[in-house]
Amino acid sequence: MVGEGILKGMAETARNFFGSFVSKDRLTTVQYPEERELQIEAARDFPFLVYDGADWQQGMRCVACQICEKECPPKCIFIEKSKDKKPDANGKPQFYPAVFNIDISVCMSCQICVEVCPFDAIKMNVDYNLSTDDRFAGLLLNKQRLSKSNDYYRKIHPTEATAVDARLAEERARQKAKAKSAAEAKAAAEARLTTTAVQPASGEPR
Amino acid sequence: MTHLAQLAQELDQIFVLAAHWLLSYLPAALQPLCSAILSVAAIIIVFATLFALTTWLERKGLGRMQNRYGPNRVGPFGMLQPIADGVKSLTKEDIVPITADHAVHFLAPVLLVTASFMDYAVLPIGRNMVLVNLNAGVLFFFAIGSMMELAVFMAGWSSRSKYTLLGAMRAIAQMISYEVPLVLASIVVIMQAGSLSTVSIVNMQATYSGIWPHWFVFTPWGFAGFVLFMVAATAESNRSPFDLPEGESEIIAGYYTEYSGFKFALFFLGEYIGMFATSGMAITLFLGGWSAPFSFLTWVPSYVWFFAKLLAIISVFIWIRGTLPRLRMDQLMNLAWEFMLPMTLLNLLTAGIWHFMPAGSSRWLVCSTMVVVPCILLSRGLKHRKKFQVRTYHYSE
Ligand code: SF4
Ligand code: SF4
Repeated sequence: MVGEGILKGMAETARNFFGSFVSKDRLTTVQYPEERELQIEAARDFPFLVYDGADWQQGMRCVACQICEKECPPKCIFIEKSKDKKPDANGKPQFYPAVFNIDISVCMSCQICVEVCPFDAIKMNVDYNLSTDDRFAGLLLNKQRLSKSNDYYRKIHPTEATAVDARLAEERARQKAKAKSAAEAKAAAEARLTTTAVQPASGEPR
Repeated sequence: MTHLAQLAQELDQIFVLAAHWLLSYLPAALQPLCSAILSVAAIIIVFATLFALTTWLERKGLGRMQNRYGPNRVGPFGMLQPIADGVKSLTKEDIVPITADHAVHFLAPVLLVTASFMDYAVLPIGRNMVLVNLNAGVLFFFAIGSMMELAVFMAGWSSRSKYTLLGAMRAIAQMISYEVPLVLASIVVIMQAGSLSTVSIVNMQATYSGIWPHWFVFTPWGFAGFVLFMVAATAESNRSPFDLPEGESEIIAGYYTEYSGFKFALFFLGEYIGMFATSGMAITLFLGGWSAPFSFLTWVPSYVWFFAKLLAIISVFIWIRGTLPRLRMDQLMNLAWEFMLPMTLLNLLTAGIWHFMPAGSSRWLVCSTMVVVPCILLSRGLKHRKKFQVRTYHYSE
């Protein structure tokens, strides 16, 4: 009969209506500014720059190689390479970005910049509180606004950050070992050089 | 006791008395004009407020039905939301398409709102509270109601956009189709009351046997008529599940796609005011207008009952909207012409038989059968002719 399904449906909506007053579990809405959901670890929205240590300028991992700038599909990264070199977190002199801007009104959160960066310098953030009343300057993030400490990275993406840290530590250890062996080799070579340099001097027949 | 009765009566007539008192300060020549202006202003203010309240109720109610909170930011429980919406629509840019017919584009919402407010002229919202007691009140009501179709088509045509035109076409097809059952469903009441005047129709229902009122809805033909009237009224006021003229998923917003800002708000207002008016008519015709549901409750002022009934009907409208999905165009038309029309015609016959049969349980039995059996048979018929097939498009071959 016409109306049977209608009545069934109306019973269902009535149940929802009264149920939502009785049980809080039915209401799935998170009342945003007051309540916030815990961040999901796999979430991502816009990139940020990682720095080691306490000083964001000193510890910046980015070496301004500009790979991400070239790879970014919508071309929303702008980098200006520095003229001079500055020691990085390991004390090695490196170029650094004099300007590093990302226009997040253009960014499409594709994470390609993160994939291509050989220095683990750029990672995806999870902060979504980005609304602003200035749609130009407010959405063009500069170097300072992009910089976040490694601790922050560890907090938002623990698993990923641990892997990155381990990889970087290994890399550093290897480099140190290499530097050490290189230094040893150098020292040995120098020693050899001195002996060989001395030998002909001493054993000069003529 | 008599003192209390006196007080109740005065409370019932408080607005009428207040108007009389106000007018008594004016010269006699101006009185009729000022009385009309006063009543019109009162109607506009009251129903515009009801509109604001309804938008809030609707959003809250729909929200709860979908297990959401609904508006809860502006004011306590979000009650000031309508004001915020009003400010928003007033400050928005009013965009008129370049190719639109500017004059008609402007007039359409104005006409819609005017027409829907004119409906209230014949609605008795309380004892002695009717703007004009026309002796062809019901006729006037439906005549004005069909002016809304004109406004809708003006809007759709003048905007010069395919969506508005499609929406207007749908609206016209739907409104004309449902006007037939709407009027036919109300004829039973006119037959029984023997009058087209809304006031005498209500007066007829405001009598009691025992504690029970003589509302027309408490008869088989009255009940069927009421249900049919409400279905047709839902379609008339373009409400879900008959909101095809503004089917967002296919034609943006139908005939008011090209309206923005305050003109859009006017359309919104017009639709709701029209809906209240048809609900008010249903109350007048079937639910005893301003009369109390039990004889011992007659001390409650009459206008309270009218608005209580109106709010109840509005809640059902909201409930229906929260439940049913939108119909397809062919389903809509089939419902009108293959179910509603035969049912209303049969209902006319039932009402006639009821009138000529002697009062008693036999006429209850006969008339109830005459309503229920065709209803079941017709709905069976509608169900069984449904057939599923692969769709073929002739133009793509
Ligand atoms: S973020 Fe990475 S890829 Fe981009 S410039 Fe810096 S080091 Fe190069
Ligand atoms: S996430 Fe994609 S779009 Fe955004 S800056 Fe990185 S590469 Fe560009």
